[in-house]
Amino acid sequence: MKPYLREKAPKTLSEILEAPAYESGYLVTKNAGWRNIRPVINADKCVGCLQCYLYCPDGVIYKDGGKVAIDYDFCKGCGICKKMCKTGAIEMEAEK
Amino acid sequence: MSVNAKTLNEDEFFYGHKACAGCGGSLAVRIALKVLGERSVAVLPAGCMSAVGFNFPQLCFGNNAIISTFAGTASMLTGVEAGLRAQGITDFHAVGFAGDGGTADIGLQALSGAIDRNDDILYICYDNEAYMNTGIQKSSLTPFGAKTTTTPAGKNIRGNLRPKKNMFEIVAAHGIPYAATASVGYLNDFMQKVEKAAKIKGTKYIHIIAPCPTGWGIATDETVEIAKEVVDCGLWYLAEFENGEYKLNYQPKEFTDIESYLKKQSRFRHLTDEDIETIKRSRDAKWDAIHNNFKIN
Ligand SMILES: Cc1ncc(C[n+]2csc(CCOP(=O)(O)OP(=O)(O)O)c2C)c(N)n1
Ligand code: SF4
Ligand code: SF4
Ligand code: SF4
Ligand SMILES: [Mg+2]
Repeated sequence: MKPYLREKAPKTLSEILEAPAYESGYLVTKNAGWRNIRPVINADKCVGCLQCYLYCPDGVIYKDGGKVAIDYDFCKGCGICKKMCKTGAIEMEAEK
Repeated sequence: MSVNAKTLNEDEFFYGHKACAGCGGSLAVRIALKVLGERSVAVLPAGCMSAVGFNFPQLCFGNNAIISTFAGTASMLTGVEAGLRAQGITDFHAVGFAGDGGTADIGLQALSGAIDRNDDILYICYDNEAYMNTGIQKSSLTPFGAKTTTTPAGKNIRGNLRPKKNMFEIVAAHGIPYAATASVGYLNDFMQKVEKAAKIKGTKYIHIIAPCPTGWGIATDETVEIAKEVVDCGLWYLAEFENGEYKLNYQPKEFTDIESYLKKQSRFRHLTDEDIETIKRSRDAKWDAIHNNFKIN
């Protein structure tokens, strides 16, 4: 399981359950707007060591065919992945 | 074989949260849940991790998770464990994630009670060394010299006057089945400790240093490095307490420079040479005690 974006965000009181509990992993907003720099992976340099995946505080790096990819909807651009990458496969680029 | 980046559960259970970029606490929560898996019931008191994880309708835990009162992490864990057990459910982990304030200050009594009853729970303290969620106030785990909003740095008083409380050994002194220290700079060590704790019956406690870029005054990409450096310069250590014995897990060959660790962070930038000497002396005294009382691998 991984929390994921839902199509419907409750907007009115009647859409909100009366129970004090709600479905887990229910996301209605992205974090992409927080970012002013974005990590970009150079697949040629990536050796699939997974250190970026392990240390990403947001868990947005995932395994992808022996290498890794990034879920930009939720990456905040902290830059930790770049620091963890020993092969220099990750560059931070300005968001336009 | 113990868990590592390659064997770790690919599911994410703390995702889409609103923690600041580079937040060490969120890394600790994320990794612990990946080790423990979907059948974890997480209890989070007031503090950053509950504030960033539950913003209805944005609910960032993929497992069952609940907010407790600030003081009540351990007592709610007790209730979760007893309630599930009463229903005949056995394949779960009751795990708490509380901050330093929630653990060493207001939640200490509830935690002490749970350890005394030896309830089958795992309590993880993510230690960012201040009350971050309410705007960086000193807790009893704020280290000597650190500037917070309640221990400002001025001419006469330069930040926090009191040393960091020794939570790990306070917990161990209860005779707890398992306690450990960790750092988000050494995640393999942390993952092994979570995995080990999950297999032990009774109360388990893990204390993990989790830098906060916002409160420590570091860049968002420095969290992991600084969490490594605090161990490498000897101001924190990786250890375990088990079967009544302390064990050191990692002995840095030579300590890195304390001043360089401190001066990277704006919360310490005001410290004088004399303050840094005081910090060095207390580090050396701590390591003397470690060498006298801990089993060294
Ligand atoms: C009984 C009570 N007192 C005070 C508060 C306000 N409060 C909410 S979070 C918080 C700070 C928590 O600090 P810590 O436990 O270190 O966690 P952090 O925010 O640093 O992650 C405080 C004081 C509260 N929610 N309940
Ligand atoms: S920049 Fe930060 S949030 Fe984005 S992928 Fe890298 S480590 Fe994760
Ligand atoms: S740290 Fe670098 S080499 Fe390793 S998986 Fe990530 S991008 Fe690839
Ligand atoms: S204030 Fe610190 S602990 Fe709280 S979310 Fe931000 S980085 Fe994390
Ligand atoms: Mg705190």
